[in-house]
Amino acid sequence: MDSALATTDPADLHAGQEHGHVSLPQHRHHFETVEQQREAGSFGMWLFLLTEIMFFGGMFLAYLLYRNWYYPAFVVASNQLSVRIGTINTMVLITSGFCMAIGVWAAEVRRRSLLVAMLVTTTLLGVLFLSLKYGEYHEKYELHHIPGNNFNISMFTNPAGYGIKEAPLPPDMAQKTQVFFFLYFAMTGMHALHMIIGLGILCWLISRARRGDFSAGYVAPVENFALYWHFIDVVWLFLYPLLYLINRHPMH
Amino acid sequence: MTDQATHAHLNDPEHAQHRIVTPLQYFFVYIIMLALTGLTCAAAFVDLKWANAVIAVGIACTQATIGALFFMHAAFQSRLIKLTIGAGVFVFLVMVTMTMSDYMSRSWGMW
Repeated sequence: MDSALATTDPADLHAGQEHGHVSLPQHRHHFETVEQQREAGSFGMWLFLLTEIMFFGGMFLAYLLYRNWYYPAFVVASNQLSVRIGTINTMVLITSGFCMAIGVWAAEVRRRSLLVAMLVTTTLLGVLFLSLKYGEYHEKYELHHIPGNNFNISMFTNPAGYGIKEAPLPPDMAQKTQVFFFLYFAMTGMHALHMIIGLGILCWLISRARRGDFSAGYVAPVENFALYWHFIDVVWLFLYPLLYLINRHPMH
Repeated sequence: MTDQATHAHLNDPEHAQHRIVTPLQYFFVYIIMLALTGLTCAAAFVDLKWANAVIAVGIACTQATIGALFFMHAAFQSRLIKLTIGAGVFVFLVMVTMTMSDYMSRSWGMW
């Protein structure tokens, strides 16, 4: 990745000129053409994303198994999440993905100010997503719904006492809501960590985009980061229905 | 490298013509993604028994495919990259299928 991302190192430029086939500063001398370099960069990025599929895939698989085993606990625990915030967050992420895509286009057509504006918007939407997520986490903390010694099952054994229209769970099944919340925090937490890393890279991209690094025909870093950002969106598109929408219609 | 050789490269499986997706195309994709999000949310509130989960996962897969093809430009990539993406997804499905078949066959009829 580094070779595809690096731009203008004077030493490389010099070495490239000696080989006599470098026309652009971002074209590294070990690639025959700029297209080949771009292709290699995309290929490497996709390989990385495939390892990410396997990483998140393991957690989705665990979710699938435990959901089948402890379905009643998963339903009741899932129904305690806020569909409203979840849906808003989904739309926020899709919008940030759209802005990122427009940012790639802006880099392609060499419009620096539009590129910077789109990268900033993407960043702000990412921060908005994380703020809403923080609100959700905080609520779970207050309700003692974070798995561990302080986990409180009373909301699931006695839902009527909390004004919740759910069938009460026997204590052993109510304990299994911890499995749901463990997976909830593991999956959304890893997703959030990816977003935090993404926001850091976005800040770096913004400072370089402001300098005009990506508005002179060199779009690989923006393009490859966009792949990463869209991938995070796609992970969330699975998390949203699986965690928030397990069984929202009234139980019979 | 001659122009001819460069041109011939574009027909190789490793090379694709670079294509710029327009903002209008991105906007259509964006609207479709939002509409599908609304649909999956609405469908969750209707009692469709086992079909609820199938619809939710089906819509998520549709969104992921649209996102990968257009936002992530997979539709315009070389055959090499398309094959790589397909292989990765396939291996993931193998992992899920093999693991689930093991778990389900161990507790046959109890799930």
